[in-house]
Amino acid sequence: MLAESLALTAALFTIGVIGVLVHRNAIIIFMCVELMLTAVNLTFVAFSRFYGAPGQVFVIFVMTVSAAEAAVGLAIIIAIFRHRQTINLKDINLLRG
Amino acid sequence: MIVAFLQAASSVTATSHPLSGGAAELLWLLPLLPLVGFVINGILSLNSARLGPNDPTTPEHHTYSGRADEAAALSHAEHSGAVGDDHHATNRHRWAGVVSIVGPGVLLLSFGLALAMFSAMRGVTMESPFIQSYFQWMATGDLSIDAALQLDQLSMVMVLVVTGVGSLIHVFSVGYMREDPGYPRYFAYLNLFVFFMLVLVLGANYPVLFVGWEGVGLCSYLLIGFWFSEKVNADAGKKAFIVNRIGDFGFLVAMFLLFANLGVLDFSGVNAGALKLPVGGVLITAICLFMFLGCAGKSAQIPLYIWLPDAMAGPTPVSALIHAATMVTAGVYLIARSAVLFSLSPVASLTVALVGAVTALFAATIGLKQWDIKKVLAYSTISQLGYMFIGVGVGAYVSGIFHLVTHSFFKALLFLGAGSVIHVMHAAYHRTHSDEDAQDMRNMGGLRSFMPVTSVLMWIATLAIAGIPPFAGFFSKDEILATAFERAHGSTLATASWLGVPGSTLLYVIYGIGLLSALLTAIYMTRMMLYTFHGPNRTGADEAKHLHEAPSIMTAPLFVLAVLSVIGGWLNLPEVITDLVPLGPRDLIGHWLEPVVGASTARVSAGEIHASARVEELLIVAAVFVAAAGIVFAWARLKPARLVPKRDWVPEEGFERVVAEKYFVDEALDRAIVTPTYAISRNVLWKLIDNGLIDGVMVNGSAAVARGFGWMGSRLQTGNTGIYAWVLVIGVVAMLGAFTLR
Repeated sequence: MLAESLALTAALFTIGVIGVLVHRNAIIIFMCVELMLTAVNLTFVAFSRFYGAPGQVFVIFVMTVSAAEAAVGLAIIIAIFRHRQTINLKDINLLRG
Repeated sequence: MIVAFLQAASSVTATSHPLSGGAAELLWLLPLLPLVGFVINGILSLNSARLGPNDPTTPEHHTYSGRADEAAALSHAEHSGAVGDDHHATNRHRWAGVVSIVGPGVLLLSFGLALAMFSAMRGVTMESPFIQSYFQWMATGDLSIDAALQLDQLSMVMVLVVTGVGSLIHVFSVGYMREDPGYPRYFAYLNLFVFFMLVLVLGANYPVLFVGWEGVGLCSYLLIGFWFSEKVNADAGKKAFIVNRIGDFGFLVAMFLLFANLGVLDFSGVNAGALKLPVGGVLITAICLFMFLGCAGKSAQIPLYIWLPDAMAGPTPVSALIHAATMVTAGVYLIARSAVLFSLSPVASLTVALVGAVTALFAATIGLKQWDIKKVLAYSTISQLGYMFIGVGVGAYVSGIFHLVTHSFFKALLFLGAGSVIHVMHAAYHRTHSDEDAQDMRNMGGLRSFMPVTSVLMWIATLAIAGIPPFAGFFSKDEILATAFERAHGSTLATASWLGVPGSTLLYVIYGIGLLSALLTAIYMTRMMLYTFHGPNRTGADEAKHLHEAPSIMTAPLFVLAVLSVIGGWLNLPEVITDLVPLGPRDLIGHWLEPVVGASTARVSAGEIHASARVEELLIVAAVFVAAAGIVFAWARLKPARLVPKRDWVPEEGFERVVAEKYFVDEALDRAIVTPTYAISRNVLWKLIDNGLIDGVMVNGSAAVARGFGWMGSRLQTGNTGIYAWVLVIGVVAMLGAFTLR
């Protein structure tokens, strides 16, 4: 059962990574990041099912941090949109050397 | 406080010496007095410091009247009667009156102190010098050098010359320089010079001597370039300084060698240690030759003589004090001080004598064709210094010092006399607003009727330098030549070989050159006197009205020097003369210096076959005949009446021109050394090394490399978040891959 669980989480994580890499829209990238976090959570849960409770504690932590991250990240995206009327990352390259 | 400290220090160190407790305890005060004068005059010169009469920063550049009134009010006593009929508005310094008292005053005090020490020394017999050590100056590893002064017979002679002749020249300077706006600065430098000169002759070890040595060089530089608002004067100062550095390199190497091989640098230690070195060995010869390089620089001998003629750019009393009487004789003093070293190396001694002889002849020939009165005296000084080096070279250290003393009398007299002439000529040309050359003898002539006193006094000095008995120069010069002749028979010098030439042959050659130079000396000095004081006056009709005798403050020192030039020979009468004519006690300086150089002289003359009285008489007759022949020849041959003033002069042709142009030595050196040095400095050092390598490759190159890396780094920063994410993911995958596939 562990192998199937890990395969599922790996697939989810890879989908999240590819989403981050290929998309330009900040919101979608954000959602993909969340997907990656969820995949990791699922891994923790799967491991805790076979090896004991501590993995579930980490899930709580990750959910807390990702909630905070979602709040800050969305706030930044809204601020960028107000400023530039776009959230397409291709147009946001102020740090170009 | 410093005085109390010095007193405490000196009272601790000097014990159980015949001189302790007497006037010699004040040894530290001797150089301190001129130093105090330097400080006072220096401070006064900072007050309203100005460059000179042409100082463009002076607000009242052309309207001196206000300042002149002020100066006259402050120093009215100095003003009245000094320059007589000079009603021109002057630019006299406001503190001129104070400076006139302080400047010569400290020197006279020093001289009085020196006389007191001299009388204290006469009463006792001392075999070792009286040493005062003040504090430890340098202590590193095995090297320990004290700041110490020493007084012995040789130092005493030099101190008396420096302070005595120095005092006279200081007094003369009051008359000569009082109207100069830089008057306090002048006396500050002059006092500082005397301070360093006293440190030089009183130092108890080579480093202290070297401090004085460098200090007098500094003051020489400052005073040559005293009127530095004209570039030629500043250049002359730089030339003197740079040429002297070459000599100082030699002196330093000699000191290093001494320390490396003997471990000590104080005179008594070196003298004791040198006796353990192999006689005539490579080491002792190298030390002596390097030391002589230093002497050649300071005392203007071939090949480093070139700075001294240019040094005449300074005020004339400076030429008298520094570039004739005292500083340039420091090299002779150094060799006499290091007599033990030189007496151990016949090759080095012969080199010294030969260089001295060649210099004496070479400079004398140039002196024959000079027109600038100071240039004649400059080349004469070089020539006479050559005689002194013949003396110390052939181991006649007493004769060398004796000639140093007499030369300081008559050459100071000649320079000061020339200074009076230039002073009067300059004033006359100034009065008529003429820009003729006040130093050129072609513009003089017939000054005897205007300046009878100066004329007579300078004739005395001329007879003295030419070697006419019974004037001072005769005795000292004859003694040197006679010793050179006698050393050719069986002395350690005669048996030595110099680059394959037997020493005796070389000594005969040196004697011959010396005799020939004596002939030339008589000729060029008579020529100078003839063209300056005799024949018709060529100054100009208007100017001649303004010619007059120099003020008495300038002629008084001349009188004293003239008396000394006449009786100076009594200081060291040779036996052969006292046998013929009972003039007085013989060999005064010889006996006086016996404890210092007696052993060294004996070492050089060991095995010498003493010439018979008949030979000695013949030598004297030859010397006198040559001198008289020179004077008569010049008197008969030269026709001052045919001279024309400088502006109408047709340049000489052929060999005469070569001599008049000083054998083009300066030009040759310019081509051979100065121009290539400039070219290398400009094209290689500046354009290639500095601009190309240092600025181009190193400074700008490293900047370009940093900029290149920065450019590459900045290209990575696209600002595109997607790329960053790709890089991050690729990095993570690579890391994971590396860990799992390991």
